[in-house]
Amino acid sequence: MEKNLALKVSDKDNVATIFSVVTANSEVEVRDKKGHKEIITAFDAIPYGHKIAVADIAVGEEIFKYGEEIGAATKPIKKGDYVHVHNLDSMRGRGDLPIKKRAGE
Amino acid sequence: MEFMGYKRPNGKFGARNLVAIIPSVVCANDVGQAIMAHTKNTVGFYHHQGCCQLPPDLDRVTETLIGLGSSPNVGAALVVSLGCEGTDHERLVAEIRKTGKPVDIIRIQELGGTSRAIQAGMDAAQRMSMEISGLQREPVDIRNLVMAIKCGASDSTSGMASNCVIGYVADKVVDLGGTVVFGETTEFIGAEHILARRGRTPEVGKKILDIVDKMEERARSLGCDMRKGQPTPGNIAGGLSSIEEKSLGAIVKSGTRPIEGVLEYSQMVTDQKGLWIKDSPGREPEILTGMAATGAQCMLFSTGRGAPQGFPTMPVIKICGNPNTYERMQFDMDLNAGLIIKGEKTIEQVGEEAFAYMLRVLSGETTKNETLGYFGSMDILPIGPVI
Repeated sequence: MEKNLALKVSDKDNVATIFSVVTANSEVEVRDKKGHKEIITAFDAIPYGHKIAVADIAVGEEIFKYGEEIGAATKPIKKGDYVHVHNLDSMRGRGDLPIKKRAGE
Repeated sequence: MEFMGYKRPNGKFGARNLVAIIPSVVCANDVGQAIMAHTKNTVGFYHHQGCCQLPPDLDRVTETLIGLGSSPNVGAALVVSLGCEGTDHERLVAEIRKTGKPVDIIRIQELGGTSRAIQAGMDAAQRMSMEISGLQREPVDIRNLVMAIKCGASDSTSGMASNCVIGYVADKVVDLGGTVVFGETTEFIGAEHILARRGRTPEVGKKILDIVDKMEERARSLGCDMRKGQPTPGNIAGGLSSIEEKSLGAIVKSGTRPIEGVLEYSQMVTDQKGLWIKDSPGREPEILTGMAATGAQCMLFSTGRGAPQGFPTMPVIKICGNPNTYERMQFDMDLNAGLIIKGEKTIEQVGEEAFAYMLRVLSGETTKNETLGYFGSMDILPIGPVI
């Protein structure tokens, strides 16, 4: 069987992007830019190009990709969980939320 | 470094030599299309603006059409006016004429209606088409290039492959003394702090934050979550969860060089060099129009899910980051950056391929969407309402 590969862009990231079709309870090899590898068990099926958590993330905690904030967790996320719109909320352009300051402020 | 282009009387160089049919208002589009259908080497700008708009928008439409007609890829221009529109069609003609290229105008109401306007327009377009048809290409230094860049129908491969390729080419064009213009202000939201740090001066950095604030305020003013609008359902299906994530991938295409300043939507590049931002939305018809009005001779366009469209006067090179999409849509996608995702090629390798291909396209080779004639949908972005 072909290896499931995921790419973590920055050391700061708590998610990695998967470039294969992952079935639930299968192993994913997460690589970073320095070539380090870590095997993580995916708890959910994850589509091509979508994200897997590489650390536990608490509700309200920021989610990082490219070493930058891409949103916040709306549910407790465990390492190996599928991360997408069901458990990640955008914090920007939100007319339904109080104003969120831009990153770095 | 050179490409083969058409020298214009104002010293600019075109990658194409087309007669542009320019309706000064949406109500003149049908006459323009009839003229185009019967005259070789013509293309049209069939926008939906030009009347019953607030004065700033009427100015913006006039100025955008001036930019489109003045583009060096346009060899001659025929303005099609109804006669009662809100745009300043006489100024439109006068400003394009300043470039020294052949320009003519027909007025539908004054000529006595549709059939007479089509006849007069065909005569004028035929004359201008023949007049410019013998012009020969000559070697042009790449310092004369204005390259537009854009991503559309993005997925998570865009920020990791195809936008990286465009970033590589953008840095190279800037280093060779050319001009690069990127935009999509909506897709700076969440990544604007990185762009602001790259501003040539603190004022440029502040201007970048200002245009993002304005764009975000427009989205917030409707009181809802902007998701589905940005990111689009296609972006979300492709793995992009938030506008922040989309933006952080999108800005990769701007490369790494300093940002010299911000151009208004309808503003032309005169002698600006280096990397510039055009304040513009993400949607294709409006941003492609804004980029062509800049005077860009070509565009590098990154996609993951497969955006097929181009623009009438500006060759658009499609660079696909998703290897599966490239396989499915290879008759629309010019270059396969998906090989980077598969680990079969590096960003630099595909970047060099893209640069070499761009030089060939600037010199006359047609892109896939250009060859298919898939470039009819365009529009000008208004600021205010239609009234």
